[in-house]
Amino acid sequence: MSTENTETFAFTAENQEAAKAILAKYPEGREASATMPLLTLAQRQNDNWLPRAAMDVVADMVGLPSIRVYEVATFYTMYNLEPVGKNYVQVCTNISCLIKGADDVFKVCKNKLGIENGETTEDGQFTLLEVECLGACVNAPMMQINDDYYEDLDPASTEKILDALARGETPKAGPQGDRVGCQPAGGLTTLLGEG
Amino acid sequence: MPKLTIDGKEIEVDAGMTVLQACEQAGAEVPRFCYHERLPLSGNCRMCLVEMERAPKPVASCCMPVGDGMVIHTNTEKVKKMREAVMEFLLINHPLDCPICDQGGECDLQDQAMAYGAGMSRFVESKRAVPDKDFSPLIRGVMTRCIHCTRCVRFANEICGTSELGGVFRGEHLEIGTYVDKAISSELSGNMIDLCPVGALTSAPYAYKARPWELSKTESVDVLDAVGCNIRVDARGDAVMRIVPRLNEDVNEEWLGDKSRFACDGLNRQRLDQPYVKKGGKLQPATWDEAFAAIKAKADGLDGSKIAALAGDTVDVEAMTALKDLLNALGSKNMDCRQESSTVDPNVRASYIFNTTIAGIEQADALLIVGSNPRIEAPVLNARIRKRYLMGGFKVGVVGPNTELTYKAEHYGDDPAMLRDIASGAHAFGKILQNAENPMIIVGAGALMRSDGAAILAACKTIADATGMIKDGWNGFNVLQTAASRVGGLDIGFAPTDGGLDTAGILDACGDGKVELLYLLAADGMEAAKLSDTFIVYQGHHGDSGAHLADVILPGAAYTEKNGTYVNTEGRVQQGHLAVFPPGEAKEDWAVIRALSGVLGKTLPYDTLAQVRARMAEINPVFATVNEIQPADWQDFGPSTVGGGDIQSKPLKSHIRNYYMTDPISRASETMAACTAEFSGEAERTGTDG
Amino acid sequence: MLHDRDRIFQNIYGIHDIGLKGAQSRGDWDKTKDLIAKGREWIVEEMKTSGLRGRGGAGFGTGMKWSFMPKESAGRPHYLVINADEGEPGTCKDREILRSEPHKLIEGALLASVGIGAHVSYVYVRGEFYREAEALQRAIDEAYEAGLVGKNACGSGYDFDIYVHLGAGAYICGEESALIESLEGKKGQPRLKPPFPANCGLYGCPTTVNNVESIAVVPEILRRGGSWFAGLGRENNTGTKLFCVSGHVNNPCTFEEEMGVPMKEMLEKHCGGINGGWDNLKGVIPGGSSVPVMTKGQCDGALMDFDGLKEHGSSLGTAAVIVMDKSTDIVRAITRLSRFYMHESCGQCTPCREGTGWMWRMLERIGEGDAHIEEIDLLEDVTRRIEGHTICALGDAAAWPIQGLIRHFRDEMEAKILAKAGTHADASADAAE
Repeated sequence: MSTENTETFAFTAENQEAAKAILAKYPEGREASATMPLLTLAQRQNDNWLPRAAMDVVADMVGLPSIRVYEVATFYTMYNLEPVGKNYVQVCTNISCLIKGADDVFKVCKNKLGIENGETTEDGQFTLLEVECLGACVNAPMMQINDDYYEDLDPASTEKILDALARGETPKAGPQGDRVGCQPAGGLTTLLGEG
Repeated sequence: MPKLTIDGKEIEVDAGMTVLQACEQAGAEVPRFCYHERLPLSGNCRMCLVEMERAPKPVASCCMPVGDGMVIHTNTEKVKKMREAVMEFLLINHPLDCPICDQGGECDLQDQAMAYGAGMSRFVESKRAVPDKDFSPLIRGVMTRCIHCTRCVRFANEICGTSELGGVFRGEHLEIGTYVDKAISSELSGNMIDLCPVGALTSAPYAYKARPWELSKTESVDVLDAVGCNIRVDARGDAVMRIVPRLNEDVNEEWLGDKSRFACDGLNRQRLDQPYVKKGGKLQPATWDEAFAAIKAKADGLDGSKIAALAGDTVDVEAMTALKDLLNALGSKNMDCRQESSTVDPNVRASYIFNTTIAGIEQADALLIVGSNPRIEAPVLNARIRKRYLMGGFKVGVVGPNTELTYKAEHYGDDPAMLRDIASGAHAFGKILQNAENPMIIVGAGALMRSDGAAILAACKTIADATGMIKDGWNGFNVLQTAASRVGGLDIGFAPTDGGLDTAGILDACGDGKVELLYLLAADGMEAAKLSDTFIVYQGHHGDSGAHLADVILPGAAYTEKNGTYVNTEGRVQQGHLAVFPPGEAKEDWAVIRALSGVLGKTLPYDTLAQVRARMAEINPVFATVNEIQPADWQDFGPSTVGGGDIQSKPLKSHIRNYYMTDPISRASETMAACTAEFSGEAERTGTDG
Repeated sequence: MLHDRDRIFQNIYGIHDIGLKGAQSRGDWDKTKDLIAKGREWIVEEMKTSGLRGRGGAGFGTGMKWSFMPKESAGRPHYLVINADEGEPGTCKDREILRSEPHKLIEGALLASVGIGAHVSYVYVRGEFYREAEALQRAIDEAYEAGLVGKNACGSGYDFDIYVHLGAGAYICGEESALIESLEGKKGQPRLKPPFPANCGLYGCPTTVNNVESIAVVPEILRRGGSWFAGLGRENNTGTKLFCVSGHVNNPCTFEEEMGVPMKEMLEKHCGGINGGWDNLKGVIPGGSSVPVMTKGQCDGALMDFDGLKEHGSSLGTAAVIVMDKSTDIVRAITRLSRFYMHESCGQCTPCREGTGWMWRMLERIGEGDAHIEEIDLLEDVTRRIEGHTICALGDAAAWPIQGLIRHFRDEMEAKILAKAGTHADASADAAE
């Protein structure tokens, strides 16, 4: 697949400083190591997607031929090669979530947003994606929306979160039930202060 | 030296070898797709898996270094099964469109499926399809056939040094390509076709033209630059269908430049296939007798000093020998094989060859390039420079055009005055050369074509002498010729002697009427205005610019149509062979001259090719040894022999502007025209300077 | 079972102050300087004594691994690379360390670096853990501020820098050589071995790659002594371990427990037991998706450590316990894993690139009943043709769950095929009438 696009890209002044700090993490002559963080920085600046112009800019900054950066940008799934919605909804359907009802969560998302896997709503507010394990398995089922995890979901809480986002609110991230983090829902079984 | 047991056979091999190489040495065949001895290892195809005792898993033999006491099995049931498995995986998504695939008949996948496959498929799912890619006018990408061995990617990165190709996406979606719509721009790109073990990358111009088993294959030598790449000419009937490289470690390894590979369609276009004689201001078809008679009419009674000859860039030594002998017989010493007037000392071989030799580049540790762009003047030689560069500890400096070479080079501008500072050590690179173990200099043909060529040649010689380039076992002075005929012509003495005129002198004399008969032996690119009153005989194979000037045209043979000797820029004598017959009434060139000599009453004393070659060896013993280089003695040349003068301060540049069109054959090639359109800017499309 | 006093991660639920002060109040960064002063060899020896085996899945001895690093650096810097690319389905323990106990990781990185002669450490955090990476970065900033890391770390005279490097979505980067490739700015394609990272790792320099948990337990082990750690668990399976239990238990959670605890007891104590009781158990994947599934029968007496699970044909892996009760469509569950491996194959090696997709498609058809019984044997054969034939272990990981499925639940696969064939037979019988 080849993507022709005419967008131009330039880091903002602030992100140019951030880019400098990123490049400084790696030894001299190893600027290529900054490829991924810089692509991430570019994507975050650019409404969560990565135009080819940004890849070329990064290639220049790290001194790599563009193709090496294209390889990276297409290898890692978090780089969005096309525009995505303002709320990037990624529902884990891998095993731990699957057996805890991820199907229902995903179905709610599809119905609520009126889109299929991989699609973006017409108003550009939501993109829905079925993804692999996001590493919050004891809080399954879960989804990630932009940077935040929403855990211990069921159809009702999923719907609530999407509604809140649609209203422009920021719903509370993390477990949607009563528990904190990954502790057992029935109350602590360890670290009870008994020594 | 490590000792291994391979299939029960004990064998001692060099340390640093891989198990695969050791297996080969032991006579155990190991199939492979991704492994290629000239490319970096990748170990991804898994076809070369072997069993190694005490290893938990089978090992990829191509990547496993040998170790003492290793016990390897390549012929067990388990290994057989593993190969079957890999074959099956490679084939499940391979289209099996062999009947319409140009690789058919010379396909590694096909061959290995026969040898190692299970002979049946168990795959009932849908096969993957990948969009075709139009990589360039030269390479067709039928990417559904790709088996992701990454040979092409590694070739582009490593050998070409032009990183445009990669593997994008991942897993079963992995695709080899450029990701963007961008043509593969390397001058060596055609080699990817040879490297591709399947029909994913095939020759675009050759698409659907022929099957390998229909072709007659003739080993020969390329003449479209001065490297003398060893080639194989594949022909069907009277037509050359394709040209591919042939292995020669000393010259081209197994690579070939794109022009040399793909310009062959130019062999079938704009050909001179019968004699012509100018009548009433127009060239009219004629018989050989009429053409010879017209020449005789002009030559009879003409003083030898009024006759001159120039030989072109792709002429074989045999033809030049015959013409030289004929001219001498007619009393003329006016001849030159340097149609572009480059300055070298024809009497000092070391002044005009690539003394270091191509393979010798690998021993150098510093290189100064003067007025040359080796990447387009000699792409295969340039690949050798890159190979040396990749080994590390190699410094390259350039005085001349600031072009994208395929290795890191310090560009010091294009002012030739700098050469003096380099020689004196005042310039930084002069010190680098002085401190190097084996320094070398490459002087571009373009640098010697200038009016101050003599001064530049002298300055470069001074650099060589002053920086220790000349010593026992090492000669770092090199002229990079770009014409296949140049060294041979100089070696045979197709150059002015005893007051004879050189190219510039001949052309001036033509303008003044002092030369009345000019014989152009496939020499093109002369200024027409100067020659308007001169009687011109053009002997050659293409209706190029030289033919347009002619009063008589004698149709000759292109390099694929005759047995000819060429001497490459290193001074290596090589022989090309007839693959197809010349078209129509065209004839082998030396024989044409021999026939003409009879008409002119100066019959040359040879009737066979062997006799011509004996004559060549008589003139210069270098022609007695084919395929080898006779090292040239370092003798004085310079102001005393070629004149000095001052270096002028105009910029040094390469004389080739468009790699794809440098001679009558490539200029006639549609493929090269397509490449020119694809890769060259408007300014570069006119071909050569000078 | 483990006493709280022997739990290393006292704030694993993030209930208490995560910041430096809170961490110090729980004993982190206590006399780190003295530990550094004891020197490289002491650290490595103490780690060997502890018997700690890598917590990332492979279970290789951590002290042993460190001892492979060259003693003389020959001008090349050494690197410690911390693998926080947690992505093995079922696994979510490192996430808790990153967001709730980051100072243990940072202190551990410093001590481990002393142990291998490194002055720079990179923590490769999976890109999705954006918030976790932020938490870690905050802690690193605090540590720099307090002089605990950086020049003259903890006043020890040892210079040490630690950087966070975010991934961008590739499970394969959890494989150490792919992680190094990725850290160098390339695609995460595993490297050929040899050479091994201890000789030729990041930037061609000697490198140790360790899991987050392996590094985070280092300070406690060094403070309390390797023999303390070795005294917990069983021989060759020492110490404590973070377990994360997901799936059909009443209370899925993460907790620290002693190695070698009986699975049943563990699930009952910490997770409130299996939904519907122990007898409702269908199977357990005890160590993340790459290890073979165990039947209830195998689970009954299984001990949760390397050897205990090996005895039952499975493996401790990352100690991510995925519990499936009888409601589980196990064919579908494994098919989902199969799709995962297809999705995560880097595409480098032929068998994995081509085979993972083939296996998944066959499983999909089997799940739909749209297959022949013999295709189960073909599927099994394909898994054998991938297993052991690839550069890295992803090919194996893709093959094993399917082998486990066929071994233990072939009847369920056949039932799906027969059910569909039955409807077909009925349909054609109807048509014939």
